[in-house]
Amino acid sequence: MDITKDKLLEMYRSMQRIRHFESKIRDLATANEIPGFVHVSIGEEASAAGICAALRKTDRITSTHRGHGHLIAKGGRLDKMMAEIYGKRGGYCKGKGGSMHIVDFSLGILGANGIVGAGLPIATGSALAAQVAGRDDVTACFFGDGASNEGTFHESLNLASVWKLPVIFVCENNGFGEFTPMRTVTSVSDIAVRARAHDLPGVIVDGNDVLEVFKVASEAVARARAGEGPTLIECKTYRWEGHVVGEAAILGEYAYRSKEEVDSWKLKCPLIRFEKWCAENKKIDAGELQRIVTETEKELDEAIAFARSSELPAASEVTDDVFA
Amino acid sequence: MPQTNFIQAINQALSEEMRRDPNTFLMGEDVVLAAFGATKGLIDKFGPSRVRNTPISEAGFVGAAVGAAMAGARPICEVEFASFFYCAFDQVCNQAAKLRYMSGGQASLPITFRAVYGAMGGAAAQHSETVYAQFLSVPGLKLVVPSSPSDMKGLLKSAIRDDNPVIVFEHGALGRLREEIPEGDHLVPLGKAAIKRAGDNVTVIAIGAMVPKALRVADKLVKESISVEVIDPRTLIPLDETALLESVEKTNRVVIADEGHLRGGAAADIAALIAEQGFDHLDAPIKRVTALDVPIPFSPPLEKAAIPGEDRIEAAIRDLMGR
Repeated sequence: MDITKDKLLEMYRSMQRIRHFESKIRDLATANEIPGFVHVSIGEEASAAGICAALRKTDRITSTHRGHGHLIAKGGRLDKMMAEIYGKRGGYCKGKGGSMHIVDFSLGILGANGIVGAGLPIATGSALAAQVAGRDDVTACFFGDGASNEGTFHESLNLASVWKLPVIFVCENNGFGEFTPMRTVTSVSDIAVRARAHDLPGVIVDGNDVLEVFKVASEAVARARAGEGPTLIECKTYRWEGHVVGEAAILGEYAYRSKEEVDSWKLKCPLIRFEKWCAENKKIDAGELQRIVTETEKELDEAIAFARSSELPAASEVTDDVFA
Repeated sequence: MPQTNFIQAINQALSEEMRRDPNTFLMGEDVVLAAFGATKGLIDKFGPSRVRNTPISEAGFVGAAVGAAMAGARPICEVEFASFFYCAFDQVCNQAAKLRYMSGGQASLPITFRAVYGAMGGAAAQHSETVYAQFLSVPGLKLVVPSSPSDMKGLLKSAIRDDNPVIVFEHGALGRLREEIPEGDHLVPLGKAAIKRAGDNVTVIAIGAMVPKALRVADKLVKESISVEVIDPRTLIPLDETALLESVEKTNRVVIADEGHLRGGAAADIAALIAEQGFDHLDAPIKRVTALDVPIPFSPPLEKAAIPGEDRIEAAIRDLMGR
């Protein structure tokens, strides 16, 4: 599969936007500048970038509590995301959702979700709506290894398989459900084998290799768009940071995994890997990549300025938007 | 005019609204064969894409209704028995009810859920419960409890056209209740109570299947010159507070009759409203007539003992009237 230069640049920009955005909100949360729980996906950028690069604008995604990356890769605006995380009126959800609940319907982002496994039936229903309406839009559903132990995982795979719905189930297996190692609570070591139980293809991919993720995603999207049904893609990856920002203050450093393990995964950084590939294959010169970094830094600075200057919601807005 | 029963009223509403709006589709357990008759024949009118049997997989298909609504469809989702909602509580309460608010108004969730509730003769506790109170304290849902074929049709049609998640609770024992239904596009607005019988001495606020029971009691007591007003809220959310309070202001006595349980129930909720806002109009304490706080039992005499009958409504009225 030959990937166009534009597509390569798009994926790299996505990964940089995610890395920059999440590094910043990790620091802001640590400094108590933003309220609530913050879950970052640093180290997992390639799956979000690779999957979303295979989608078009009218395709939809559902996401998770660790969702900034997916939303950014689908085109989410950093300024409105940042303002939402600050709890400001200018945020995507007018301050009603926060970090775990960002939505942008205009981009097909049906939302991050605070309930593990909740996005699976929602994505399945989104694909069902496309099928009923006779449209060929595809829905990609991000979830983690933890969600694959939820009943909604199995119910959704069954439903999508029996109705041949245009949905891609993307399991980002980062090895941990909150603070619990996946292997201690999961009957299989590869989530992809669970696809067999529901008669759909299950594919394992190196989740830190954005090019491989993009290839696998493109095939799954083509299948779905052609009416051939769902695919389960398991992206093997790792989160560098904790489950939730600030956990070390409660649990201590490296409470449930070793420093050596974390460091070994940092050597597999998906951004550095892509940069090396570009250099080795003479695809994109370093200056062009650096320009993306510079542009991303500027975009992030503007996003923070936007968020800080946006107003807090008025107390009178508390009753808005309960009903249509 | 022909008489229409409760089940036929549902069928007419579904058929008319599905014809009216091509974005609607129906899914649920056994909707094709239609064991209870409400969805009978819809497969022939609208085809297998818009009339879908789901697996017995409540969390899956209720969640799919949420996703379909977010993606622009207008799903009508049948959960056979209302107590099966417990299997899909996250999808109803955390997702359908909250996503509009949490998205700052971006999401629109025009979903109609239909489910059968209530004691209908030996179905036991997992198929006989009146569960709407469980949803009363979940902001973002509308709750509809029709008591007659005409209201059933008009309320269901309004529910399908509503842009919010609406649960329509259909009492399993009302299936053969018959009446004339107005012709044409018969709509009953959500949030408008109905005075089912006007009276002066005591108000009975009756919900769902308690309405026909209250009307029979009112018929009986009129012979003793006790004039009973029977008012049906028809929807618990939104609640027509004004109509309920006006009735209490007129009669100064109130019985609230509900097949749900006493603790934390719809009757408790309405009683609190009247105590707070209608206290000055009351000549006697508020009376609640509800199911006992036990799971609804199987054996007929036990079931009868658990759910509120006409005798208990009558006793409550007599108590208030000192007769």
